[in-house]
Amino acid sequence: MVAQDAHAHAAPQGFIRKYIFSLDHKVIGIQYILLALTAVFVGMFLSLLMRIHMIWPTAVLPLVGEIKPETYLSLLTMHGTIMVFFVLTTAPQGGFGNYFLPIQIGAPDMAFPVLNMLSFWTTFVAFVVMLAAFFVTGGAPLHGWTGYAPLSALQSAGPGEQLGADLWITSIAIFCIASLMGALNFITTTLDLRAKGMTMMRMPLTVWAWFITAILGLLAFGVLLSAGILLLLDRNLGTSFYVPLVVVNGQVMGHKGGSPLLWQHLFWFFGHPEVYIAILPGMGVASQLLSTFARKPIFGYKAMVYAIMAIGILGFVVWGHHMFMSGMSPYSAFAFSIMTMAIGVPSAIKTFNWLGTIYKSRVRFHTPMLYAIGFVSLFVSGGLSGPFLAQPVLDIPLHDTAFVVAHFHLIMGVAAIFGMFAATYYWFPKMFGRMMNERWGRIHFVLTLIGTYSIFMPMHYLGMAAQPRRYSQFTEVAYLSNLMPLNRFITYAAFITIGAQFIFVINLFWSMFKGPKASDNPWEATTLEWTTATPPPHDNFGGHTPVVYHGPYEYGVPGAPKDYVMQTDPAGVAAH
Amino acid sequence: MGLVLLAIIWLITFFSTYFFAAKTWWLPHGAAKAASFIDHQFALTYILMGIVFVAAQGALGWLVWKYRDGASNGPVDYSHGNTTMELMWTTLTAVLFIGLNLMGSHVWASERFAPAAAGAVPVEVTGMQFAWYFRYPGADAKYGRTDPKLMDPSAGNEAALGLDTADAAGKDDVITGTMYIPVNREVDLTLRAVDVIHSFFVPSFRFKQDAVPGLAIHMHFTPTEIGDYEIACAELCGLGHYKMHGMVHVVSQEDFDKWLAAREAEKQ
Ligand code: HEM
Ligand SMILES: [Cu+2]
Ligand SMILES: [Cu+2]
Repeated sequence: MVAQDAHAHAAPQGFIRKYIFSLDHKVIGIQYILLALTAVFVGMFLSLLMRIHMIWPTAVLPLVGEIKPETYLSLLTMHGTIMVFFVLTTAPQGGFGNYFLPIQIGAPDMAFPVLNMLSFWTTFVAFVVMLAAFFVTGGAPLHGWTGYAPLSALQSAGPGEQLGADLWITSIAIFCIASLMGALNFITTTLDLRAKGMTMMRMPLTVWAWFITAILGLLAFGVLLSAGILLLLDRNLGTSFYVPLVVVNGQVMGHKGGSPLLWQHLFWFFGHPEVYIAILPGMGVASQLLSTFARKPIFGYKAMVYAIMAIGILGFVVWGHHMFMSGMSPYSAFAFSIMTMAIGVPSAIKTFNWLGTIYKSRVRFHTPMLYAIGFVSLFVSGGLSGPFLAQPVLDIPLHDTAFVVAHFHLIMGVAAIFGMFAATYYWFPKMFGRMMNERWGRIHFVLTLIGTYSIFMPMHYLGMAAQPRRYSQFTEVAYLSNLMPLNRFITYAAFITIGAQFIFVINLFWSMFKGPKASDNPWEATTLEWTTATPPPHDNFGGHTPVVYHGPYEYGVPGAPKDYVMQTDPAGVAAH
Repeated sequence: MGLVLLAIIWLITFFSTYFFAAKTWWLPHGAAKAASFIDHQFALTYILMGIVFVAAQGALGWLVWKYRDGASNGPVDYSHGNTTMELMWTTLTAVLFIGLNLMGSHVWASERFAPAAAGAVPVEVTGMQFAWYFRYPGADAKYGRTDPKLMDPSAGNEAALGLDTADAAGKDDVITGTMYIPVNREVDLTLRAVDVIHSFFVPSFRFKQDAVPGLAIHMHFTPTEIGDYEIACAELCGLGHYKMHGMVHVVSQEDFDKWLAAREAEKQ
């Protein structure tokens, strides 16, 4: 921990060094959050267009024009890709992790501030390249966010598979590089820059989640990067990693001997850990907030830490559950399926512990807490469809249907978004020195919770009734026309839910300038970010380094003067 | 706010469970041998997960209301957890999840580990942007040679698969755009794709398998009811994915024989 002094750097002066090319992890964190906020609105807008096309296939929209089946697939691909990479990977880790991990462990900055800046700007470039795919001839690719070869590897396989697809995969490759830089930084910072007394087992669960997420990122993004480079070679230099001899439209392609399944293995070797990269930070935030607002220590801190680790490790050996129907050996399906069920166990432990935390507590219903509770509810709902999909026999009817869309939206999409909302409402006072509006926060919460359930719960029914995913219209297959009423309901729910998000944005920006001033510790929380000024000074703790005496969740401590004991409070806490 | 939360969480739980339990939307009617096994396993999983769902959401709603700040519940329980309980629920979930999994595995094994029985009806299914082709090997029970260079979907079914007319084994191959199979006989499928990945999905048969370029995937199933069933492509294959639709006609053995003979006759 001697290293700390070496990383202190003077506060920059000019606007550009201060706000654009800043080395300060707090500024970089906000930059990441703003990037993700932009991305989530783009992604949401695309999903609305998709939902509109599904129920009014011939509608001509202002600005957008007519949505053709191939346009639908481009929207689908860009929606999925933008949401997964530029929202779910960007805000929880790069955004909130960047801002609060150093402060929560008592460090003055990230271990490598320049690398941190580079990793943000590389992500930004990746985003610009991704959006550019919309504007080139042929438009954005139509191969879905999973980009299965040969569809993604052949220029003639469909519109959007020319330059658009090259930009898509290039953007992902750039994103991988950015994430690798970020991951290294997070890991080093956590291991080396902890303040005196901040042992690993005293780290807040948010820090544990960011730390394990970074390890997952380090191991997963390298694989995706290599897979992406091979795909670029197949597309442009005539190699055959993923493409066997194929005939497109009567035209024999020049490839020979490649394996479409190779792409799927590499992609999902990244892809499954990726869903945990998206959700672990949300779990960390939920744990942190449930304990803080329930005024009670987290139930089973150690079990929570081991559960995060178990999820991280098992997350790397379950990727085949995406491939039960792919033509992969049916024997390996057994192994993947058992492993997948096994990963359900630590997930269940976390849920039990969250409930155990609320039991015999005193819940304060501030907006961040509402979102943490919503997170638990969504995590349960999304998690319980997992044991269906993890059984190869049940995957036969359910794979690639709307049931899967329901599953991953609830657990990875909406639950993770709830984690981000919780984090925003919780840390906003520390970041901007003002409080967000509670009443509008509650209205936003109620509309969003009911809205997202109304969108995604019915998709289970559609999937059971065999509605395949990635269908732009339900006019060509007779049995699908019976499902139209439900599809209409979902689109209406999407309108309302998306509309409700404007409440959030207005609240966010209005409160930034007009909200009531926040005190240094408005939630009476115990972790280190609440011991420093609001907003924190450039070096986080104004020249002194905190010393830590306790674990992060000392609430309701008997005999203590207040109902909580700060991590930096030298006064003793009864042994436990 | 505690009461509002309780109400919302319970209402969501109620409506979700209601539509599952009322089977307003459900798996389509099963018309193949595997359906009853799969549906049974589905129902079992669904009941167990349903119980956990209602219990967990119910508890969540109840706990946040019961232990709201300001209610007269006495002091907060200053506890960092309970290892015995932790071990108990870890074991319980492990047994539940893994047990459930093992119960379903014999169905998977019987479908996928063993080859089709002798005497099964051979049919080759080929996926191509954006149509399905079905090939019957004819009296010699051998599929004729196909050649990618001969493929021309605009020149009819045989040309679409690039059937090599010089190959004797191919002389009696019948290629159609609709599938006919006899009821209650096992079908010995060979799945292929010529351009990109497609997926042969017949919901009523509880059958789904990707067709992958470069692979010939062998599968088998037994239709048990005469009728017409829809095929929907289940793997994104390009702009026409949503209309890559086909029909399976399950008919009696006589009708099947008659149909096949008529197709053979057309070829002469
Ligand atoms: C307003 C909320 C949202 C709506 C209405 C929505 C709607 C949809 C729809 C209609 C599809 C296409 C399903 C199909 O045809 O197969 C889809 C796909 C997808 N969505 Fe969302 N979505 C929303 C939010 C999100 C979020 C927050 C995420 C972040 C994880 C997300 C990630 C994805 C992914 C990964 C796909 C798959 C894309 C693909 O198949 O390649 N969505 N969404
Ligand atoms: Cu997975
Ligand atoms: Cu398709």
